[in-house]
Amino acid sequence: MRNHEPRASSSCAACKLLKRRCTPSCIFAPYFRSDEPKKFAKVHKVFGASNVSKILNEVPEEQRDETVNSLAYEAEARLRDPVYGCIGAIALLQRRMVELQVDLAIARARLARYSASSPPILNDHGSMIPTLAELPACGGFADCFSQISSDTMNDLSQFPYIF
Amino acid sequence: MPDGFCVYSPCTEKMASSSSYNSPCAACKFLRRKCMPGCIFAPYFPPEEPQKFANVHKIFGASNVTKLLNELPPHQREDAVNSLAYEAEARVRDPVYGCVGAISFLQRQVQRLQKELDAANSDLIHYACSEITTALPAPPGPSSIQSMAPRQRPIDHYDRIGMGNEGGYYEAPAIPTPYNLPWNDNPSGENNAAGGGSNM
Repeated sequence: MRNHEPRASSSCAACKLLKRRCTPSCIFAPYFRSDEPKKFAKVHKVFGASNVSKILNEVPEEQRDETVNSLAYEAEARLRDPVYGCIGAIALLQRRMVELQVDLAIARARLARYSASSPPILNDHGSMIPTLAELPACGGFADCFSQISSDTMNDLSQFPYIF
Repeated sequence: MPDGFCVYSPCTEKMASSSSYNSPCAACKFLRRKCMPGCIFAPYFPPEEPQKFANVHKIFGASNVTKLLNELPPHQREDAVNSLAYEAEARVRDPVYGCVGAISFLQRQVQRLQKELDAANSDLIHYACSEITTALPAPPGPSSIQSMAPRQRPIDHYDRIGMGNEGGYYEAPAIPTPYNLPWNDNPSGENNAAGGGSNM
């Protein structure tokens, strides 16, 4: 019986999944370690190895780590929600942002009443606090999707913070 | 979002046959194949929008899109295609971050606005408490004390925000009702300089 000597370096997660030899110049190896098989599996399922390889080849090497992380984030979102993927998060965040803007305008208007003789309240950029009419309308982006509804898109906790 | 994304409904399987009769869909044109009746792409990739499929093909690949659409019920395919098209376009424009850049930006904006709102509400509570403190007269009879009890609306609102700020659904505050305090009935209006307390 032949003894199988252990390899000096193991294949990356990508080459393991693709069942191919992981060469020293493998474009996936720096970003898909062998101890994170699910990361590449998800990216592969959504984007495909070939497309990921093309995207990585298009970006400078110093930005490939960020690129892979954003692809992994997108893939995860798409697998959790095959219909909307990341777009669900964007729609929800936009809605939340508008709600907060409205509430902030109301709160600052109330504060202004307390200091009626003071100068108008300005925001951090020195501009007047927008009136309710000036705030962007809610929806817009979400209007393009027939099935997006507040019932399905109220849980921000399913989208982990990125920053 | 480009126009026309919402024109086609998923229940237009017959559109595939009509589009193939008239013209192949954008996907089949791109893939240089015959657009058959029942083509899964035809209802969602009209021939007038070639870039839509080109982007989706570049980022996701035709095979992956086919698998994804086949896993979804027909009434959800239109939204799925539109979201894929949006993500693909974002990734073509920004190969490093794609639409995740927008998510990151919006998360920061939401966090910033929440902090500003918390600060503004904190100031409101401070003002409300100051008004209550300075406006309280000498303790008279029991019935007057009852009518002088503050509505606590800013604090209720603050508590509601605190409870809702766990990453879950955010509830906008209710429209405030007039803040009924005894000096509102005072015709002399001597408390009007402090805002009168009539509206919070």
